[in-house]
Amino acid sequence: MALVRLYYAGTPEYLICSRGVMVAYNWRIPWRLLLLASLFLAAVLLTGCFPSHSQSTFDPAGPVAGRQLDLFKLIFWTAAVVFVVVEGVLVLALFRYRRKPGQPLPKQTHGSTPLEIGWTILPVVILAVIAVPTVTTIFAQADPPPGERVEVKVVGHQWWWEFDYTQYGITTANELHVPVGKPVAIELQSDDVIHSFWIPKLAGKTDVIPTRTNRMWFQADKPGEYYGQCAELCGLAHAQMRFRVIAESQSDFDLWVAGQKTPAAVPMSSVFGIKGCTVCHTATGQDALAAQATRMASFLKGNPQFPAPNLTHFATRSTFAAGLLDRTDENLRKWLKDPETVKPGNRMQELAGAYHNPSMALSDADINALVAYLNSLK
Amino acid sequence: MATATGALPGFLRRPTTYTGFWSWIVTVDHKRIGLLYGGTAIFFFLIGGLEALTLRTQLMRPGNTVVSPELYNQLFTMHALTMIFLAIMPMGVAFFNLVIPLQIGARDVAFPRLNALSYWIFLFGGLLLNAGWFFGGAAGDGWFAYAPLTTTTFSPGRGMDFYVLGLLVMGTSSVAGALNFVVTILNMRAPGMTLMRMPVFTWMTLVTSVLLITAMPVITIALIELGFDRFLQTNFFNPAAGGDPILWQHLFWVFGHPEVYILILPAMGIVSEVLPTFSKKPLFGYPVVVFSGLFIGVMGWGVWSHHMFTVGLGSVANATFAITTMLIAVPTGVKIFNWISTMWGGSLEFKTPMLFAIGFIALFIVGGLSGVSHASPPSDAQQQDTYYIVAHIHYVLFGGAIFGLFTGVYYWFPKFMGRTLSDGLGKLHFALMFIGMNIAFGPMHWLGMDGMPRRIYTYEANMGWDLWNLVSTFGSYSIAIGMLVFLWNVITTMRKPQDAPADPWDGRTLEWSIPSPPPLYNFREIPQVHARDDFWHRKYTEGPDGRAVPIRGGGAHPAEASHGQGHEDTHAIHLPGLSYFPIITAAGLGIMGAGMSLFRTNTPVAAGIGVVGLIVLFFGAYGWAFEPAGPEE
Repeated sequence: MALVRLYYAGTPEYLICSRGVMVAYNWRIPWRLLLLASLFLAAVLLTGCFPSHSQSTFDPAGPVAGRQLDLFKLIFWTAAVVFVVVEGVLVLALFRYRRKPGQPLPKQTHGSTPLEIGWTILPVVILAVIAVPTVTTIFAQADPPPGERVEVKVVGHQWWWEFDYTQYGITTANELHVPVGKPVAIELQSDDVIHSFWIPKLAGKTDVIPTRTNRMWFQADKPGEYYGQCAELCGLAHAQMRFRVIAESQSDFDLWVAGQKTPAAVPMSSVFGIKGCTVCHTATGQDALAAQATRMASFLKGNPQFPAPNLTHFATRSTFAAGLLDRTDENLRKWLKDPETVKPGNRMQELAGAYHNPSMALSDADINALVAYLNSLK
Repeated sequence: MATATGALPGFLRRPTTYTGFWSWIVTVDHKRIGLLYGGTAIFFFLIGGLEALTLRTQLMRPGNTVVSPELYNQLFTMHALTMIFLAIMPMGVAFFNLVIPLQIGARDVAFPRLNALSYWIFLFGGLLLNAGWFFGGAAGDGWFAYAPLTTTTFSPGRGMDFYVLGLLVMGTSSVAGALNFVVTILNMRAPGMTLMRMPVFTWMTLVTSVLLITAMPVITIALIELGFDRFLQTNFFNPAAGGDPILWQHLFWVFGHPEVYILILPAMGIVSEVLPTFSKKPLFGYPVVVFSGLFIGVMGWGVWSHHMFTVGLGSVANATFAITTMLIAVPTGVKIFNWISTMWGGSLEFKTPMLFAIGFIALFIVGGLSGVSHASPPSDAQQQDTYYIVAHIHYVLFGGAIFGLFTGVYYWFPKFMGRTLSDGLGKLHFALMFIGMNIAFGPMHWLGMDGMPRRIYTYEANMGWDLWNLVSTFGSYSIAIGMLVFLWNVITTMRKPQDAPADPWDGRTLEWSIPSPPPLYNFREIPQVHARDDFWHRKYTEGPDGRAVPIRGGGAHPAEASHGQGHEDTHAIHLPGLSYFPIITAAGLGIMGAGMSLFRTNTPVAAGIGVVGLIVLFFGAYGWAFEPAGPEE
């Protein structure tokens, strides 16, 4: 395309240039500027689509997110065409009809019924193109495909995620293991405020609401570690309520389940008991379900107690503090010493005796003992 | 009460001061009330802007520590509440006040004291809403305040108390004002001004006012229920006792969706006035634009659950609301096409009001299209509660409503202030805001689709969000500089002499037929209206080829014409009397609200202050009812 800057050249004339657009010859059109602007816009648009980012919706790893992205692409490109056409006509009008000196007053057109009808019907047609796949996708994705599936009950707490595998009788926190290629049917509940369960690469979000059980499903078609994050303001540490989904082969998943079902063989650490950790955390068993409800009821009565992540087999997890920190000794020490700097507003800092009662304060030796204990919970 | 001079109790005598500070306290003149609303709205807009700048500064780097999460939550909550309830809505009402009586050829609104009351209640309510900053923490649970996070269990501070009470107080202001404008528009139009001859801004004001009257009661109910839960231990939204958080969401959004049309329709009305004026062509498709506004107002009631697509209401509900939401895009698009067609074939002059109006169209198109992408629930499932939504909101509310309101500021400034804002500074303001807002909010589309949720005070460095957050922050600073340019423009312009002509823009509607600024009584003689754009038709006629042709010596200098005719005896013009009682009544309501905010910390004192407020309120209402119709002679 020839980049031509047109200069004023006497009486106005009209030119049909190579792109078939009629433009007046007698004003400067900053084609170069327009091209640069469009290239910039395109660059910006494309750089947004970095699938390598861990929560990018442009890198679906399963059918639910995949179909949602397909629908978005349909809508996006339709909208892009509408954008170019409508903004283009707008910009064209601005250039073409700018007031020139000595120009007579314009024709006082009041309207055009054919145009009104046309540009009412056309958007309806365009919207129908979007509405039909929308409706079909809603119904198609409402339930998981029939057949074998993994069932997980997800309970949202301030500010961590509880995962109960009802089929296997195991309970874990913040890390959701699933087998590749099999639907995972999720039931969502909350025992405090509204949260939202979102794993961008696997599925759009569904809210987690006290008093109701919401259902959603996803399937991971590729092994990998998928990042999730709470997506409904749920209080001070909302920004740090994250989780990970680990999709692995069926055999690896079965091994993981077996490991989780094995009773904890490690004796309870005395520090863990004396410093009050057991008030909120269970480390030795799967019966945390009833225990969590009791803790919540106690909190609601004003006691310094709150449902906290089940730490059974804690050492098999790659992150902690709800997907916030990698499980390293240094991070564990940092967390235990001063949780408030890591996750401001967290309930442990707020309620645990270890942070309020001088007689229960954690010395460095206590922290080392706890870290060793946590590392032993395989 | 006795009407003979001297027998009237002192407190019932009407004030007579038309000048000085006190005159603003007792004014019932729609023009002054409009200026009070406008000045207060701009003040709160700046506060909301500072809140936004703080938010953006916190987000410019990952792991930043400019503010704590607690303060961050309060900042974004108050930013939204301030911008919506204390900036955009009052600025719209400012224009209703200033412009509507002039556009319909009236001397004032139907209920001038009620008008003043609306302003004072708004002011006191706005202060009450913000009182949390000084008394233990502002509201921090988001502007749509989802339960049960907002119950005392999870929000034990006073912030949500100020939220409930502040909004309840301000709701009365909105309803009172809206009722006033509906009655004014329906009853006080000049002879000959049929509904279909009204300016589009008047039409949009009418629709907005009807929406206010019908939508505010819904949020009032929701706020009363939340207030009862917080103050009196009821359980509307307490799950542990059988309450339902979804009830809050439905009530809030049944209000909330018409609310966004309340926010945008006035701006659309303003743009519909400015485009024809600066294109020297009538609005294309006037009846269609009017009816589109009506359809949007009505259809706006049928889409609220698109804010709840991820709540799990079920496939049928989601599919239904998807379709209704897509349908509402149609009248909106129709309006845009009509605006563009107004300019097409016209003679466009790019003064500042016109630039803001064009900017409105360009930016609202983007916001509208992103809205279509979240009209589809499966697509929305990824976008909901992410920065993609924040992008949409700001394109329609900043690029839309705010740009539309600034269009009005530059357009009507000469009429009411008697001086025209500098066009050069205005263009600079426009450029800084237009470019700034695209840099601030454009990247938010990518951030949202890249997985960044909204309402998070920080994010990790390895998420890939660093660059566009930084860029976005610079955009916000550009907007701030634009606002400084605007303020400088206002300050320097106000120092100039009041020599603006009656009709600086060659306007089409009646407000341009009277002097700038208008006299207290607006029109010497109530005009007789013969056509739509009656004032334009006094100046121009249509030639055989359809082009406008100026009429020699016709309505060309109407201000002088009315002066020239004028041995009009202005003693015959009856104007509404000044009054103390609106501000007193509003103060009573404000005191009640302030007292109630102490309910949970000190119930007896709160009740005491509440009673005092009630007494003041009744005293105000009593005086209002019994004061004489005008100053005693």
